[in-house]
Amino acid sequence: MSRLSVISTDKVNSTTEKLMKEFTQRIIANPPGVCPVDMQLAFLKVCHAQTCGKCVPCRTGLGILEELLESVLDNTATMETLDLIEHAATNIKNSADCAIGFESARMVLAGLEGFKEDYLSHVKEHQCTGTFEQPIPCVTLCPANVDIPGYIALAGEGRCEDAVRLIRKDNPFPTACALICEHPCEARCRRNMIDDSINIRGIKHYVMDKACASEVPVPACAESTGRKVAIIGGGPSGLTAAYFLQLMGHQATVFEEKAQLGGMLRYGIPNYRFPRERLDEDINAILSTGVEVRQNVRIGTEELEDINRTYDAIYIAIGAHAEKKLYLEGEDSQHVVSAVEMLREIGDGKYPDFTGKRVIVVGGGNVAMDCARTAIRSNAKTVSIVYRRRKEDMTALPAEVEGAIAEGIELLTLKAPLRIEADEEGKARALWVQPQIIGQVRGGRPSPRKADKAEERLECDIILMAVGQDIISKPFAQAGIATNRGQLQADASGALNRVGMYAGGDCVSGPATVIKAIAAGKVAAANIDEFLGFSHMISVDVEIPEPLLNDKIPCGRVNLGEKESWARKDNFEGIEYTMSDEEAYQEASRCLRCDRHGCGVLRGGRQDRW
Amino acid sequence: MVNVTIDHKKIQVPEGTTILKAAAAAGVEIPTLCFLKDLNEIGACRICCVEIEGKETLVSSCNTKVEEGMVVYTSSLKAHYARRMNLQIILSQHDFRCAACKRNGSCSLQKICADMNINDVPFQQDYEKNEWDPHFPLIRNAGKCIKCMRCVQICDKVQSLGIWDIINTGKRTSVGVSNMQKIAESDCAVCGQCITHCPTGALQERDDVRKVMDAINDPEKIVVAQIAPAVRAAWGEGLGLPEEMATEKRMAAAARALGIDYVFDTNFSADLTIMEEANEFLERLAHRDEYQWPMYTSCCPGWVRFLKSQYPGMVKQLSTAKSPQQMFGAVAKSYFAQKVLDVDPGKIFCVSIMPCTAKKAECALPNMNDAGAGPDVDAVLTTREFDRMLRSELISPANLEEEGFDSPLGTGSGAAVIFGATGGVMEAALRTAYYALNKENPKPDLFQAVRGLDGIRVAGLEIAGVPLRAAVAHGLGNARKLMEKIQAGEAEYDFVEVMACPGGCAGGGGQPITEGREMAGERGAKLYQLDTENPLRFSHENPSVIVLYDQYLEKPLSHKAHELLHTDHTAWAMASEKTKNRFNKV
Repeated sequence: MSRLSVISTDKVNSTTEKLMKEFTQRIIANPPGVCPVDMQLAFLKVCHAQTCGKCVPCRTGLGILEELLESVLDNTATMETLDLIEHAATNIKNSADCAIGFESARMVLAGLEGFKEDYLSHVKEHQCTGTFEQPIPCVTLCPANVDIPGYIALAGEGRCEDAVRLIRKDNPFPTACALICEHPCEARCRRNMIDDSINIRGIKHYVMDKACASEVPVPACAESTGRKVAIIGGGPSGLTAAYFLQLMGHQATVFEEKAQLGGMLRYGIPNYRFPRERLDEDINAILSTGVEVRQNVRIGTEELEDINRTYDAIYIAIGAHAEKKLYLEGEDSQHVVSAVEMLREIGDGKYPDFTGKRVIVVGGGNVAMDCARTAIRSNAKTVSIVYRRRKEDMTALPAEVEGAIAEGIELLTLKAPLRIEADEEGKARALWVQPQIIGQVRGGRPSPRKADKAEERLECDIILMAVGQDIISKPFAQAGIATNRGQLQADASGALNRVGMYAGGDCVSGPATVIKAIAAGKVAAANIDEFLGFSHMISVDVEIPEPLLNDKIPCGRVNLGEKESWARKDNFEGIEYTMSDEEAYQEASRCLRCDRHGCGVLRGGRQDRW
Repeated sequence: MVNVTIDHKKIQVPEGTTILKAAAAAGVEIPTLCFLKDLNEIGACRICCVEIEGKETLVSSCNTKVEEGMVVYTSSLKAHYARRMNLQIILSQHDFRCAACKRNGSCSLQKICADMNINDVPFQQDYEKNEWDPHFPLIRNAGKCIKCMRCVQICDKVQSLGIWDIINTGKRTSVGVSNMQKIAESDCAVCGQCITHCPTGALQERDDVRKVMDAINDPEKIVVAQIAPAVRAAWGEGLGLPEEMATEKRMAAAARALGIDYVFDTNFSADLTIMEEANEFLERLAHRDEYQWPMYTSCCPGWVRFLKSQYPGMVKQLSTAKSPQQMFGAVAKSYFAQKVLDVDPGKIFCVSIMPCTAKKAECALPNMNDAGAGPDVDAVLTTREFDRMLRSELISPANLEEEGFDSPLGTGSGAAVIFGATGGVMEAALRTAYYALNKENPKPDLFQAVRGLDGIRVAGLEIAGVPLRAAVAHGLGNARKLMEKIQAGEAEYDFVEVMACPGGCAGGGGQPITEGREMAGERGAKLYQLDTENPLRFSHENPSVIVLYDQYLEKPLSHKAHELLHTDHTAWAMASEKTKNRFNKV
């Protein structure tokens, strides 16, 4: 034996490394609906395998916990067993020597609390509460339950028009979602177990570039019911409800406060991410069902009562369009502009001119990125984003942050805004910030606290405040609609506390994603139809191709390219490239078709009507 | 057409054909276990896996479609190994104490294991422990379940009740009653279709053979049996009896050989049912405005349970006439005991042999005791139990001479025997209604329009100038479709027959099981043949029925007839109805 030796990567180590990576991917792709207690037991076994064996609680205690959890699953546990699990786990958490032990026990305790209902069901009913009702991960995780495997298969065969028709069964905004959906569907894609998730949004982008939404005819409307439904707000949620209600034979009338339809898709998302002409493709298709539109109409309390008298039902989807404030000293100085206001003006074509200006954007969400990237396109000299946490804590999509950085935007992180300094004319000229240090995790996110550093002065000409949006719900609260912190209180069916009134989208959930707004519109349409005494079914007669008989050989994911930053940062044109036919075919053929393989096949693999 | 090569044989099959079907066309029978044509093509058991040239992994042949130029090897080394080992894996979770299983000899798993030369299981055996209400007529033995999901599919897709569902996940994935219910609290119609489509002994009827044998061996008891129409078309299947040997007369002889004192025929009480039901229908027609329409048949207890739980608002539209089984029981323990035998009705033990599991639930209803001597029917045996009982009592029907049914409750018409096929009750009722309105018989086969195996059949008829709209549905999924139409006002009928099982009682959940074949059509054809061969074609001409009215009941719908032969369908509740009621009160 030499005294020291160079550590080389042996086969065991490299295989372990590889399998760990694959295991991580498998955890990412954990199927929705599996028994949480069973999963917890499986995690615990991994934890136990990691123990070095030195200490009692970890070496032996974790094994005892495993046996106790096993007894819960084997229907031999009693309520006392659950108490014993809690005591044992608490003891291990308190007395283990290192994280292998105490973190394992902490996970058990968290599960005992979080899965309480399921534990009780196992003990009392001898059955798990989990079900496989909707076992296809992407479809389950899409709030609107779009038939993703179906349209991917259609795209793979080049049947893009059919793909549009299939998507529309659940979502009348295929173009919007092709370009800007946050694609929760990709999160637990089963393909992760082999290599990487399918680029679902990318395939949809390809589909919508091949088959323009406004040129694929919408389905015929059901026979007119003579019922009228008022939709307040012409954003994605309102227009979705209008579209489906119209297909069900009801007459939908959309009341829109602004000059044009689209809501945040037009007045919140900049053109370079979602070109306006592409938005119009979706809207034109929706309007071709016969939806009536009244623009420039603000609905207050009185108008709501008028509408309530003349319409059979109302869907309120007013979004969250009021700017939030930080209430900083000097916040009302000139050249301090809210993100909402700037993006709203851009929506109607009024672009700002920041030529030669130093711009600071306050915030770390997608809207902050939109503002910063808009500022750079408006000819700003410099653009900085000031954020009080770290880059990795930003709520903006990582791709948006990277895109902003590539365009030359600076991130100033761990800086909490203190006050705005204005010149004699009342124009902002600097933002004072307090440097922060990242601290303890609270509510799942590390929170910053004041660092032992001096205040800093950041000189600037323009300050864009992107710190969140509020809902203008007062007129509706005055009409007796229940609200909580400005959010309209709708139940899971979308129903409000006033009969015949429904609400959904950002005004119920607070600012969220477009697909959630669309899903709320779909839910409301179905329940308004029921409320009106009907049960119209929305379906589509598109035959879905058979799965490909390919061996599932690992293959990289096709990502969408973007224009080079120098070519994109001085204009508002769309920046994302689409897939080529070759890329789209390859990407579509990576889909594992969970509708036809695995539990998905049991009930036909899809909900062909709703 | 698509060109494929299966086991070196080149064939052409239509586009969209599965490999399984294409192989059959090439003369290769790929073994299957979970596969149930059109209903369960989910590739769960992986027994039907085959190898495709150029592909690394095997594919399930039951749900993979052929492609142009595909070269398939059904029994390559890889496919053969997979098939055998997957069987061994299934067995590791299956209670394979086959000798003590009702499906011993008719189990698909057992057969396929024998075919595949499985003679050891290299894995530890660990099967699910059973938790089940042993009193319910439908028994699930968890240790026998191979999770093929056929029961889930048949109940969902054919019967539209969704009683079964996948429960739990991971290694504890199993089948259980949906919505966390207990079976007795569910809307289960007890049709037994899940039993007849179960490949193993996981689903069974509650075995009442012992109870009947105890009565037979009790010298104090007079055991009176009735045998349902559809039993005669199927009883031989479970005994391997050649068709020409499995006659109804030999069936009567076999029943008698068991020691049953009186072997009667449910055909008798089917005729009685027609007398009551046809007259009830004409009575309702005469007072059309006083009733909700259409009138529904009430012979099928699975259907009655379905209607009560799914469409409680229509229960009053059920004919109040009891089913033939229950009419028989009431007559056996009153007229037959008192007038014919002159004995205490309490001495009668009334057993019925039925193609049905729901009949076990029906005879136990709290108000089926109108003769006043306990339950009118004491026990119900399915055709399968009857066959098992014959075997265990060492009776070889092949060695028995044909014998007739006993008198007087053993006489039945051709109209009665077709009760066992979908449309038969309707046809029998129409024959007698025609007679009642026209005072003469129609040609016996005049109402053939209601025969057949289409899920829903409708016929517009005219009898004595009275236009009648009749509809027949079989299978509860079809029943639901029909009910939805009626409820939505999209269809109007006067008289509707529904049978819970596809094909009617001929396809009943108590009938012998033949893997991979639906026997209802063939059995139904036998029943229609028996109708043709019977010199009696009309229920109202059944001499025993005429005597019964003359001596005891007076006339159809008389006070006495109402007391014994009619029932109040609202006097008992499905468990789910009770829950709903409780909920409503809150």
